[in-house]
Amino acid sequence: MAYNLKEIVGNKPSRFTAGHRMCAGCGAPPVARMILRALKPEDHAVISTATGCMEVSSFIYPYTSWTDSFIHTAFECAAATCSGAEAAYKSMKKQGKLPEDNHTKFIAFGGDGGTYDIGLQSLSGAMERGHDMVYVCYDNGAYMNTGIQRSSATPHFADTTTSPAGSVIPGKMQARKDLTEIMVSHHLPYVAQTLALNNFKDLYEKSEKAIYTEGPTFLNVLAPCPRGWGYPTDMLMQINKLAADTCYWPLYEVVNGKYKITYKPAKKLPIEEFLRPQKRFKHLFKPGNEWMIEEFQKEVDTRWQALLDLEEMSNKEN
Amino acid sequence: MGIRERLSGNEASAMAMKQINPDVVPAFPITPSTEIPQYFSTFVSNGSVDTEFVAVESEHSAMSACIGAEAAGARAMTATSANGLSLMWEMIYIASSLRLPIVMSLVNRAVSGPLNIHNDHSDAMGVRDAGWIMLFSENNQEAYDNLIMAHRIAENKDVMLPLMVCQDGFITSHSIENIELIEDEKVKEFVGTYKPEHYLLNNKEPIAVGPLDVQSYLFEHKYQQAEAMRNAKKVILQVAEDFEKMTGRKYSFFEEYKLDDAEIAIVCMNSTAGTTKFVVDELRNKGIKAGLLKIRVFRPFPAEEVAKALSHLKAIAVMDKADSLNAAGGALFSDITSAMYVNNANVPTVNYVYGIGGRDTTSKDINIIFSDLQEIVNSGKVENPYRYVGLRKE
Repeated sequence: MAYNLKEIVGNKPSRFTAGHRMCAGCGAPPVARMILRALKPEDHAVISTATGCMEVSSFIYPYTSWTDSFIHTAFECAAATCSGAEAAYKSMKKQGKLPEDNHTKFIAFGGDGGTYDIGLQSLSGAMERGHDMVYVCYDNGAYMNTGIQRSSATPHFADTTTSPAGSVIPGKMQARKDLTEIMVSHHLPYVAQTLALNNFKDLYEKSEKAIYTEGPTFLNVLAPCPRGWGYPTDMLMQINKLAADTCYWPLYEVVNGKYKITYKPAKKLPIEEFLRPQKRFKHLFKPGNEWMIEEFQKEVDTRWQALLDLEEMSNKEN
Repeated sequence: MGIRERLSGNEASAMAMKQINPDVVPAFPITPSTEIPQYFSTFVSNGSVDTEFVAVESEHSAMSACIGAEAAGARAMTATSANGLSLMWEMIYIASSLRLPIVMSLVNRAVSGPLNIHNDHSDAMGVRDAGWIMLFSENNQEAYDNLIMAHRIAENKDVMLPLMVCQDGFITSHSIENIELIEDEKVKEFVGTYKPEHYLLNNKEPIAVGPLDVQSYLFEHKYQQAEAMRNAKKVILQVAEDFEKMTGRKYSFFEEYKLDDAEIAIVCMNSTAGTTKFVVDELRNKGIKAGLLKIRVFRPFPAEEVAKALSHLKAIAVMDKADSLNAAGGALFSDITSAMYVNNANVPTVNYVYGIGGRDTTSKDINIIFSDLQEIVNSGKVENPYRYVGLRKE
């Protein structure tokens, strides 16, 4: 059935309800909502989240925005916690301790702090062990919950509160870690990188595949942060589009090792287009700092070309 | 009549887990508790249990997965020691605050550093305020029996707290002793099935666990934990009573060994109680009225009962196998003396830090303590209440 946003939204009520306290213009809630819409209406879900913006804004006692079962334990262990719940399901199903009609899916959410950094070990362990679960990283490129500190997902040169653009050091001096590739190296049945582009088709379809592919799967979803990135709150969807059109955030999936780039912009835009609306990159546009934009562009180009190569290589007939 | 066997403390613990047949066991190896998950995974591989064994990549994940599993509605068990427990520390508090009756074997070992793999109680003392029920075991039999009783206590609806069963690393975990096991069927019946009231996997009633819990409610939730810990005292005794009916083996908050008419006594936990009993017998043969109070239930702390049991003595030595490094004495010493003070029992009491990092504690050391106690009785004063026993002389 062809994807139709209106039908999806009409037929599948949001399982992440209004009333949460995420900021206006935050990229994470639309992502969470759409991922959960990819669940079959009759399926139950257990959702595990890492400590972070999404957790502290969605489940403040005694209110919750989650209509499925939800668990939060700590910052670095959303994956391990989820793996325990999944093991319980497997065990109790096998022993007949759960009704036949109980179909439960397991989804973990973590920000880039809880995923790229403090939770990387927990994630790697859970994926390697083969639990039937999806891990979703909503990547906003810094520790936003504690007030915009740099993470290993923070882009090169970005101004954060622990990599401030100063008179000597102009922001974060290291390039981003490529977590999606790290997860591909776990040889998972399904790994994808996506964001909320246009009518959410890419995000929805990848979520559906991730949830309903048996075994451990991983989604890396760019989730812009108006506070940390410094863009006007009504610009969220444009920022997302610019991330895709500049190939800063390529949209692709890896199914059993085969790469497929799911969005190739008709016209690849220069990286300035993505950087300019964001205050965290303001200093890149000062006279004398042209080298920073050049270097940024070079990185984007190198990574995009590498991805094109991987797509070609992995699909070659032997 | 039970089954007579010869098992190490670790084997006995793994055997108890096999008979309990938990739904999920996430574990990570660490000396000296490694054998427990090792033996247990053999049971899993050979199909003698229904358990999902989750071979996690760290103890932090072991406890996180226990929490996930228990919250999901399963019975989860694990085992660890020392640094493994230190790595779990964050999750230890979360497990108890989420009111999840996880059961863990803690095979006591010195917490680094420097690195040492041998027995003391510094691991257990590091989590004494974490809201877990803590049972201590003198030998393999008690480690086994405590585990068999664990779920009945932890899962009681007035309790709903995690529980750890402690035993001394190597001293009991690796020593093979005679043991009386209970028949599988009897254990199954005694332990019963876990029927959680609310659980993640219940698709008919989704729940949310682990909120951001700020000023408006956290205080009340902590109060409920405190209340549960108080409730646990009654439940521990009820379960012990049922256990005695099944096995004839009697358990309480603590064991009193020749304490009734004693004038001097030692208070200690775990395997040192065995050595102390031997010395008490020797001293009794010489006409010295020595006794022992062996703490079994360290959390909840039976303050009133302990004070009552010790109030008739003329001098008491409390042995701590971990120092609090507070320039005032170990944790058990603080608990015992405060229990005595609050209950108006005034007995000269002295603290001995001993056996750190696996230093052997022999009958000679226990004899030194008892003769110090006699001196205290004679002089009527305690010169220095915070002492070490068994340090190298040079």
